[in-house]
Amino acid sequence: RMAEDGKEDNFLMKPCLCGIKMVEEGCTLLRRMEICVAEAEKRSGKNAVNMQETFTVYLIETRPMDALNEGRNPAPDSLWRRYSEFELLRNYLIVTYPYIVVPPLPEKRAEFVWHKLSADNMDPDFVERRRVGLENFLLRVASHPVLSNDKILYHFLTEEHGWKEVVYETGFQAKVLQIFTSAKEVIRFMEMKHYSDELQSHTSQLLRARARVADRLYGVYKVHGNYGRVFSEWSAIEKEMGDGLQSAGHHMDAYAASIDDILEEEEHYADQLKEYLFYAEALRAVCRKHELTQFELEMASQDLISKKQQREELATGIVRTFSFKGMTNKLFGQEAPEQREARLKLLEELIAEGEDTVKEKTVECEEHVERAWVDMQRFKEQKDKDLREALINYAVMQISMCKKGIQVWGNAKECFLKM
Amino acid sequence: STQEAGLTNGTPVETSSPASVSSLFNRLQLDDDLDADSRDPYGCTETRDLFVTVDDPKKHVSTMETYITYRVSTKTTRIEFDLPEYCVRRRYQDFDWLRIKLEDSQPTHLIPPLPEKFVMKGVVDRFSEEFVETRMKALDKFLKRVADHPVLSFNPHLNAFLSAKDLNKRQGLALLTKVGESVKHVAGGYKMRARPPEFCAMGEYLDTFSQKLGTIDRIAQRILKEQSEYLTELREYGTLYSSWAGSEEELRRPLEGVAGCVTTCCTGLEDLSENMSQDFLPVLREYILYIESMKNVLRKRDLSQAEYEGRLEAAVLRKQEDRTPIPMEVEKCQDKVECFNADLKADWERWQSNKRQDFKQLLTGMADKNINYYEKVMQPVINDTLTRFK
Repeated sequence: RMAEDGKEDNFLMKPCLCGIKMVEEGCTLLRRMEICVAEAEKRSGKNAVNMQETFTVYLIETRPMDALNEGRNPAPDSLWRRYSEFELLRNYLIVTYPYIVVPPLPEKRAEFVWHKLSADNMDPDFVERRRVGLENFLLRVASHPVLSNDKILYHFLTEEHGWKEVVYETGFQAKVLQIFTSAKEVIRFMEMKHYSDELQSHTSQLLRARARVADRLYGVYKVHGNYGRVFSEWSAIEKEMGDGLQSAGHHMDAYAASIDDILEEEEHYADQLKEYLFYAEALRAVCRKHELTQFELEMASQDLISKKQQREELATGIVRTFSFKGMTNKLFGQEAPEQREARLKLLEELIAEGEDTVKEKTVECEEHVERAWVDMQRFKEQKDKDLREALINYAVMQISMCKKGIQVWGNAKECFLKM
Repeated sequence: STQEAGLTNGTPVETSSPASVSSLFNRLQLDDDLDADSRDPYGCTETRDLFVTVDDPKKHVSTMETYITYRVSTKTTRIEFDLPEYCVRRRYQDFDWLRIKLEDSQPTHLIPPLPEKFVMKGVVDRFSEEFVETRMKALDKFLKRVADHPVLSFNPHLNAFLSAKDLNKRQGLALLTKVGESVKHVAGGYKMRARPPEFCAMGEYLDTFSQKLGTIDRIAQRILKEQSEYLTELREYGTLYSSWAGSEEELRRPLEGVAGCVTTCCTGLEDLSENMSQDFLPVLREYILYIESMKNVLRKRDLSQAEYEGRLEAAVLRKQEDRTPIPMEVEKCQDKVECFNADLKADWERWQSNKRQDFKQLLTGMADKNINYYEKVMQPVINDTLTRFK
């Protein structure tokens, strides 16, 4: 259904999934559609420069929520997308909704790697974590009050072929950012910028430190494995002590092996931090755009001021500022009154246009700033909730690690007591 | 062969050791539970009548030197001692003196080791609390082992060490025994035919055991190193949570919570490492010294067997030549070897049993420390998760 106010972009062009209900702005896609990234597969193909390459594709499955709510279990619609297509979708959203903090994608390459973890993009653990990250991205976008109504997003989820062409046809790449802001909002944005800088700095430092800690902890656990071997060798020359030593050795081996799972699980925590590191980037991008458009508004205002000055000079004949025209007039004599009239008339037109532009853009800008501020509050709430949960999970992981440690050493102690 | 009179004090101890008599004597004393004793000699405290403790280190500064003395306390019901209780102060030199005296006068017995005598100045601080503490524990262990030994504990030098106001160490010179001399005088001329299989087995065991302990020492040191580096990273990690907490509102408490837990982890780790280097490693190293002592005793046994075989061979040849009968000395040598073998076997059993107890204690101690560490770390995390996060 097309809306009357011409805001086509905010409504779906396809028949609404809710049937005859009108889709309102704010009713998120996720309420109407179940989305998941079910699988990952390796593919081979020729790339843009006709070279053979291997890449991973991800299966996106969607099912209508109303069918599920009615208790039916229809087969999902599905299509395959690769990482670069997700990137394209995100770039499109960033440009089209510059005042929105756009959810980030999982990392393109493995970063913050501690030595045991593979830095290979084809590593199955990395692929799996990426699958989870991509699903997370889609869920976040589809549940965002503004982004979820975008039709390009809908196409991404439902139309496998020809989607790229549709995106390029929007011409989003050529779009000029036209956000302006009034002076009082500058303070708000400075706060936002400072906050995003802090968030970025804290999360990145923490991630680096965590990787170093993981590396060291790995070393501590693995060295204990040597006890396993030496206890076994030692038990061979003992009579009564032999059995106890041998069994204790096995527990030491188990202790050394346990660190692999422990650290693998911690990667989930790291991923949660990473998401907010990248979110901080997205936040900084919104702030940078603000700075850019602030600059553009100033330029437009300056331009208007200078044109007004020129008009005044032309009208009064008094030159207040240096200009070439003024100089040449002095040197070669004033121009003819007809020329002056023509120039004045042109200037009046330009000034009128300029005033309209500045007015329009200031209003547009203030509206955009409002929306950005709202999204920022939403983002903060989401962040507090998510990170709180992440920290709780991390604490639970630590408790679990301690319990495992107590168990293994308890078992070893039993064996020592039987020596 | 004639048996010398058994337990004496004040008179030189002969080479034909009263071991067989004294061990018989001991067995009569410990009639309740022979088996238990051979497996757990520390267990039957009711039958022990000599208790010693080393504690209370004090620094002495004189014009010539600075040194540490330790209080040596004794409680005993033995008639060999004039008083039931003694309290004297001794320094490391005195312990060393005692050990040498015991080795000289009881060559057929295994003397427990002392902690290292020389420490490199500049590398180790001889007066630091940790060093003194560690050394004191080792001296205490040494003295307890001697006091628990059925033969060594009756040695007059031990008596003097425990009771004399001033240890007159020059007294020792007069007591140089025949054994000491004869062992020293056995030149390379005597070669042992074959080491009896039971002593071969002992030798092999000691070699392998010593090797394994060396490996364990290296592993423990490596763990210490890894833990130390882990601790360094962990400290910085904790501070990052604190500083992030400073710029947050809702998240401030959870972040501070995590920072606190990391700090607890750091303290726990410090304790664990300290225990490893103060308690675990010194005991391990002491056992390596103990093994060396045992190997020495085995060697001495070999030497006395060699001497006997050599003398016997010479005497037999002479007998064949001019009918000279086998001299008494040869028979005495045979006695000596047999006594040595018996003493060594008895000491070996005791040593094996002690070793089992000591390592059981050492390793369960290590396990306990690790369990304590995890419990200590877990507690605040659980508490915090319940209070700060909810």
